[in-house]
Amino acid sequence: MSRQIVSANRLTDGLVVFRTAAGTWSERVEDARVYTAEDAEIEVAAASREATVVVGAYAVDLEEQGSAPSRLRERIRATGPTIAYGPAAVITPRRAAGA
Amino acid sequence: MYRYDEFDHQVVRERVAEFSDQVSRRLSGDLSEEQFRPLRLMNGVYLQLHAYMLRVAVPYGELTSGKMRRLAHIARVYDRGYGHFTTRQNIQFNWPKLSDIPAILKELAEVEMHAIQTSGNCIRNVTTDAFAGVAADEIEDPRPWAEVLRQWSTFHPEFTYLPRKFKIAISGGAQDRAATFFHDIGIRLVRAESGDAGFQIIVGGGMGRTPRVGRVLNGFVAKSEILSYLEAILRVYNLHGRRDNKYKARIKILVDALTLEGFRAEVDAEWQRIRGSVVEVPAEEVERIGAYFADPDWQALADNPPELAAARSRSSAFNGWVSANVMAHRVPGYAAVTVSLKPVGGIPGDATADQMDALADFADRYSLGALRVSKEQNIVLPYVRQDQLHALWQALVAEGLATANKGLISDIIACPGLDYCALANARSIPLAQMISERFSDIARQHDIGEVTLNISGCINACGHHHVGNIGILGVDKRGEESYQLVLGGDATQTAAIGDIAGPGFTAEGVVDAIETVIGVYLAQRQNGEPFIDTYRRIGLTPFKEAINAAR
Repeated sequence: MSRQIVSANRLTDGLVVFRTAAGTWSERVEDARVYTAEDAEIEVAAASREATVVVGAYAVDLEEQGSAPSRLRERIRATGPTIAYGPAAVITPRRAAGA
Repeated sequence: MYRYDEFDHQVVRERVAEFSDQVSRRLSGDLSEEQFRPLRLMNGVYLQLHAYMLRVAVPYGELTSGKMRRLAHIARVYDRGYGHFTTRQNIQFNWPKLSDIPAILKELAEVEMHAIQTSGNCIRNVTTDAFAGVAADEIEDPRPWAEVLRQWSTFHPEFTYLPRKFKIAISGGAQDRAATFFHDIGIRLVRAESGDAGFQIIVGGGMGRTPRVGRVLNGFVAKSEILSYLEAILRVYNLHGRRDNKYKARIKILVDALTLEGFRAEVDAEWQRIRGSVVEVPAEEVERIGAYFADPDWQALADNPPELAAARSRSSAFNGWVSANVMAHRVPGYAAVTVSLKPVGGIPGDATADQMDALADFADRYSLGALRVSKEQNIVLPYVRQDQLHALWQALVAEGLATANKGLISDIIACPGLDYCALANARSIPLAQMISERFSDIARQHDIGEVTLNISGCINACGHHHVGNIGILGVDKRGEESYQLVLGGDATQTAAIGDIAGPGFTAEGVVDAIETVIGVYLAQRQNGEPFIDTYRRIGLTPFKEAINAAR
């Protein structure tokens, strides 16, 4: 039976959030409550009534075991870009030059 | 560069006020997401994979040091300390809060910038050659015309709801550095036998899932008639372009459907109705706008000053950088410098706030305060004195901005891919990083020579894979990333769409395949010809055979 979590983007800052067991939203995928497909559908419908809190709620399929989303796109969405970026990714001058 | 007049200021200020009100109504719940979405898109605000994304227009890629500093400030205060320069000469911020966007737009408006028409089915930012006004091969400076087109297309009431987005590029060079054959409309400055300069109009080019090389619709349109001619094209498109299917809505599909001759007949008929009417741009307005692009006060200098030659013979690293990143200037003693945003292992097109500030300082010190964004996602300093090249290079080295790879295999164009983009099927950035690591030896890159390498993370082709000499397309193969290798594309006046050399590569596999392709080229190269010439001479087969043999 398919297991799902419910995700959305937070309206104010657009960040990815997940529906928790307490009915709140968390930025951490670890906090996401796992639903059956039927219950996830109900939660998505409930989330669509929170129009000033989140945008575009939808159900995400999980792998058969564990709590990771099954699709790569959803795994990247859940945990952020797979590369270092911004000031954390600055290349040292020597390396930049290919010396 | 062009400076806003009171009308420009007012238009932008009013739009900032209007959108700020719309944002607050969305946050309070007065506007639903469904109502708000088209409004935010008209102001360059997307909702991407992880967050909102704000695309800021850099009209025809021109920046001043003051504007660059403001972009750095926005990156630092409202985002995560960096920005991403795009193939359409714009900049994208990847993490702005919706609630901060009114403040960001206000800050942009203060330096004569905005995000208007960076999204939506309208005429987008007009792009041009990053070397406009300084290239030695230029027929005429296209920037005044890019500005005329900007003013004509901004809030054009008839062309705000086109069947699909619409992109125009204009180039003044004998060499086409603006990919005019791959835009909805490409415009090239040409000279008639009479000696008059005018425009060659190319239509129906594009990439995406239906790549097309644009075709010449009109070999010569007089400057005074450019707006009526473009208006006629847009009217035909607006009327007959498909609105029932997003994938068949671009003008290239309409040109296919009507045939070039049929499309031309429609345009000519419309043109005869409006030619010479009020839609034409008055000569005095062209003169007024042209004055903003007048030459700076050049100093009387000679080419190849002795200090440049001495520094080149002293430092092979500097010499390599000059060979790759410094372009001939039309004024003796000056040079146009490309600052590569493609360090080994870096993210193509990304610059940190500190790097943007440093670039602004270097522009003030060495380039009369001027910068450009290139479609290759690099920064150009257009007015550098040759006797100051070494000092500039030393300053760039200290910031990690002196990578000597312009036009070489690691000067990779890449879209944000699945690391950021909601539409992507595969990642582009890690692949670009792997390739630049594999070819990190700069001496080897110089030996391989001129070759373009472009990566797209989906068929929408934002990374221009169709027109890379080497192109890579990322696809989703049953939930896994898979890459297709394409060879022989060309974005210049010898335009070509690449041929598929092989599907089904893993990321590692495609890097190995590129190594194989380069091996074939080096073995077959004659008289130092660039990659694309060898490819055209020997064709796809030897490359394909070598790739398959190595798999």
